[in-house]
Parts: sequence; C-alpha cells; structure tokens
Amino acid sequence: MNILAFILFLIIVGLTLVITYFASRRTKTTADFYTADSSLTGWQNGWAIAGDYMSAASFLGIAGMVALSGFDGFFYSIGFLVAYLVVLYIVAEPLRNLGKYTLADMIAARFNEKKVRGVAALNTISISTFYMIAQLVGAGALIKLLLGIDYLYSVIIVGILMTVYVVFGGMTATSWVQIVKAVLLMAGTFIISIIVLAKFDFSVIEMFKQMKTATPLGGDFLNPGNKFKDPLDTLSLNLALVLGTAGLPHILIRFFTVKDAITARKSVVYATWIIGIFYIMTIFLGFGAAAFVGYDKIIGANAAGNMAAPLLAEAIGGDFLFAFVSAVAFATILAVVAGLVLSAASAFAHDFYGHIIRKGQATDKEQVVAARWASIGVSVLSIILALFAQNMNVAFLVSLAFAVAASANLPIIVFTVFWKRFNTAGAVTGMLVGLVSSLLLVFLSPNVWSPVEGAAIFVGEPLFPLANPGIISIPIGFIAAIAGTLLSSKKADAKKFDEILVTANTGMKDPI
Amino acid sequence: MASNDSIAKETEGSASTDYTKIVQSQSFQELLRKKRNFIVPLSIFFMVFYFTLPILTSYSKVLNSIAFGTISWAWIFAFAQFIMTWTLCILYSKKAATFDRLVEKIVKEAKG
Repeated sequence: MNILAFILFLIIVGLTLVITYFASRRTKTTADFYTADSSLTGWQNGWAIAGDYMSAASFLGIAGMVALSGFDGFFYSIGFLVAYLVVLYIVAEPLRNLGKYTLADMIAARFNEKKVRGVAALNTISISTFYMIAQLVGAGALIKLLLGIDYLYSVIIVGILMTVYVVFGGMTATSWVQIVKAVLLMAGTFIISIIVLAKFDFSVIEMFKQMKTATPLGGDFLNPGNKFKDPLDTLSLNLALVLGTAGLPHILIRFFTVKDAITARKSVVYATWIIGIFYIMTIFLGFGAAAFVGYDKIIGANAAGNMAAPLLAEAIGGDFLFAFVSAVAFATILAVVAGLVLSAASAFAHDFYGHIIRKGQATDKEQVVAARWASIGVSVLSIILALFAQNMNVAFLVSLAFAVAASANLPIIVFTVFWKRFNTAGAVTGMLVGLVSSLLLVFLSPNVWSPVEGAAIFVGEPLFPLANPGIISIPIGFIAAIAGTLLSSKKADAKKFDEILVTANTGMKDPI
Repeated sequence: MASNDSIAKETEGSASTDYTKIVQSQSFQELLRKKRNFIVPLSIFFMVFYFTLPILTSYSKVLNSIAFGTISWAWIFAFAQFIMTWTLCILYSKKAATFDRLVEKIVKEAKG
C-alpha cells in the first residue's frame, strides 16, 4: 500500500465530508434536496457539469485508450465534447424552462399522465444504474490496485461514501463535491501535461515525431484504425457519443440547479470550455503514458489501460504526483456516482412515490424523507449489482448507458419541445421502444456473446454484429416516437402545445 | 406542480394567460424564426463536420497524409473539432443575447 496515496485519499474524503456537513444544514426542503434550491451560478454549475462529465471513464479510460491505441482513443474525447453543442443548442434552455426536479417533470409539463411520468422515470433509473455499475466496477478495481483492499470492500466503501453525500447533503453537497473534484482533476491533468510537454522541449511537433517509435504500434500509433476497424461500428459509437450526452439523466438534472434558462446556457458554455481543455490534455496523458510508462507496464497493471494516467504520474512526478492523481481519480468516481445516485433517487422519490403512489399529496417533509430512503435503496442495489459485474468490461457499460440515453430519452425531449402533433402515445412508445431496442441489441452484441471463451459474458456467435447499438437503436427510438404519434387516434392538444412553446422559449409560466 | 391541486390550478391558470395569443404575436413568431434560422443550419453544419472525421478515417486513408512535421491531417481535423465546438459556443452566446432581448419584449407584452 502506498502510504502517501492513502493519506491523500483520507484528506479528500475528509474534505468532501466537511462539504456534506455544511450542505446538510441547508438541505431542508425538496427543492434543496433535488436542485440545491436552484441557487448555483453559471460558473459554479459549469464546473459541476464538467465534474459530472469527467468521470473515471473519461480520465482513466481515455488516457489508457490513447496510450494503447493512439488516435482511436481520441475519438471519445471529440465525441464527448461536440455533444455539448447538442446540449447547448437544443436541450439546455427548454429543459430548464419546462422542468423542475427531474426529466419526467419536463415531459409531464406537456403530457400530464401517470404512464408518461412512470416510463420517463423508468428510463432515468435504468440509464443511471448502468452508468453507476460501470463507475463502481472501475472504482473497485482502482482501489484494489492502489491500496490493496479487496474488490468487495472497495465497492462497499465507495458505496457508503456516495450514499452519505446524497442522503445528508442532497444536491448542494453533490454539486460542491463535483466542483472541488473538477478543479483538482484539472489541476492534476494540467501539471502532468506540462511535465510531459517539457520532456519534449515544449514542442508538440517533436512529441508527435518521437511517438512514431515509442510504442509497439510504430508509425501506426498516430493513424486512425488501430482499435476501431469496422467502419459501421465506428460510426455507431460516434453517433451514440454525440447524441447520448443530451439524454443522460445526471447531466440533465444539473440544469435544474440554476435559476433560469440564461444561467443554464452560461453553465453549458463554461462547461464546454473546461471539458474541451481537459480533453485536449488527454493527448498528453495518453502520449506521455505510452512514451514514459510503456505498453507492457500499462497492460500489466490493467488490461484495459485504466491505470495509464496514475502510472504516468508516478513515472514523471514520483510518489507524490502518483498519490495525488490516484486520490483525484478516487474523488472523481465518488463524485460521479453521487450524481448518479441523486438522479435515480429523484426519479424514484419524486416521480414514482410523489406523483404516482401519493398522487402529489405528499408533504414537503415526506418527500425529502422518501428521497433519502430512495437514495439508500439505489445505492444498495447498485452495490449488489456491481459485485456481480466485477468482471464485466467497464467501457461496455458506459457506452450502453450513452446508447440507451440517446435512443430512449433524446427523441422524447426533442419532440416534446419541437413537434406540435406529438402526443402521449408517441412519448410512451418512443421511450419504451428506445429502451428495449437498445438493451436488446446490446444483449445480442459481441459485448455479451463471443466464440472465444472469456472474451465476453457468454460463449457463442453474436446475433447482432455491432459493439455499439446506436446506429440502429437511435433511429428506432425516433421512428417509434413518430409512429406511436401518427398511429394513435388521439389528437394532440394544440392549446397545450402553445403553452409549452411559450414556456420553453420564454420561461413564462402561470403562477402555481 | 407539487400536487394534483396545483396542477388543477395551473390548468385554470392557463386560461388566465392566453398562450395561443402570445404564440401568434409578432414578437414571438420573430423569436421562433430567429432561433430556427440560427440553430437549424448550424446544427446541420456541426453534425456534418463531426461525422466527416470518422467517415473519412473509416472508409479512406486520405487523412493519414502528413500536414506538417509528423502530424497528419487526421490530427488537424481532430483539433479542428475542438475549435469548431468553441467557435459555435461563442457564436451562440452572442446570438442568444438578441433572443433574450426578444424574450423580454414578449414577456412585457404578455403582461400588458
């Protein structure tokens, strides 16, 4: 065990608990719990969005992928960033204007029916849970490697901490943990990038030149096509990356933490700058790891390359930088899972309990209590699932979440705001078909089935050839929403659409 | 929307604000048109620009030729995606200021 890393882990955990303590004293109403009473500034929320987004998959995963497969790893960086244009142009402002606590609120603003809210909540919970299992599996593996603690205990420790943040501090604590972690992560990544660049005499051209001979791939390292060989699969992945973000529940609920659409827009702009700078630096992380850690050592520590960034920190900055980067990676996982617990728990407590079971009659206090119990329930469930998922590929679970988000949520968000004829039947069909088709295609894909034993969950020929279902399931989600609308005999309420149109574009609402 | 009662109130409330009248007003139509004229073409542009990269790298090797030093066009195109994202972000922020002014005007008109 690395003692320095362990001490820094404790300091970071202590810092986040202090934040949670202060946040818990301010968390009394449902609005406090779900949205930090919409009190964040654009700048703060921008950092919090960036924090939610720069998950372990981004930081550890992309660094490793660039280190092992060169250019192809960078596809993730590009897709994750360009996705913010979809969020900024199409989703952020209408969502803030129409919604209150959850994604279902926004859709229910137009279709106020229980089944619409129920299905929207189901989607949120499914997507958040997949994403969360991926983070927990990554967390378990990371802590096991760094501190030598068993996978079982690692997952339980992370699980308990994330539950504490959410149950006691709600959205206020989750946001501030996110902000602190995002600043630390940017600082760590910046320091590593500068050191890597210094080793190439601050010349990017020199860096690229040396990379031609630094890895077993040789000159091919700098060319596309090392990892993604099937063109259709590459396009499918890129489609899911660019459209998935705008349907991810834990990103979407971040727009309810600001007071209006203008602030929501500002926060996306800040987030885009922060995330963009971060993803540019993934090149230095990846190239640096390939050059100064080496292929064999990266693979030796973790076959998927997830340890490339911490190992690079150790190679160029010694024990302290290694400890710092490892502790930040740990904080990253904690913060992201806390955001995910909150999005799933909001859907349970606000949509299922508050609106469907209690028919909107629960008091404010009852709702906060329900949200806290829901957070505990979500945490326990995901910890148990993560224990079973120990040997599953983390990237598979994350890309699954993106594909499901783009197939099941995005069509509904877009049509709710922009399509006059869209109706309840279309919303329910679109969400259910998008969810089921993306899940089914993944279940039939090479991620789950492989003729080679141990390469996937089951041995056998995959019935669906693509690793990412996006290119099929996203159009299916859109078509199902359109077909459901057109085939239903029920006419859309034109008056209601006028109201939605005005509210989405101006924020004008009748006083409740 | 905290309870069914408030939903009922809200429906009553929608009778007090005539949303259809606002939608039909000149200022609101101008806002929709301005937004559409900005968002639709730029969204098409960034999607095309974005997908050109994986399409070119998947189906051809043209981007593997060297731009300068040992840096190939694939990397230049990849960096261009970052520049494009930031540029479109700045453009939208500037443009949105005119949307905000229109929204202010619409709200003022609606409140009479």
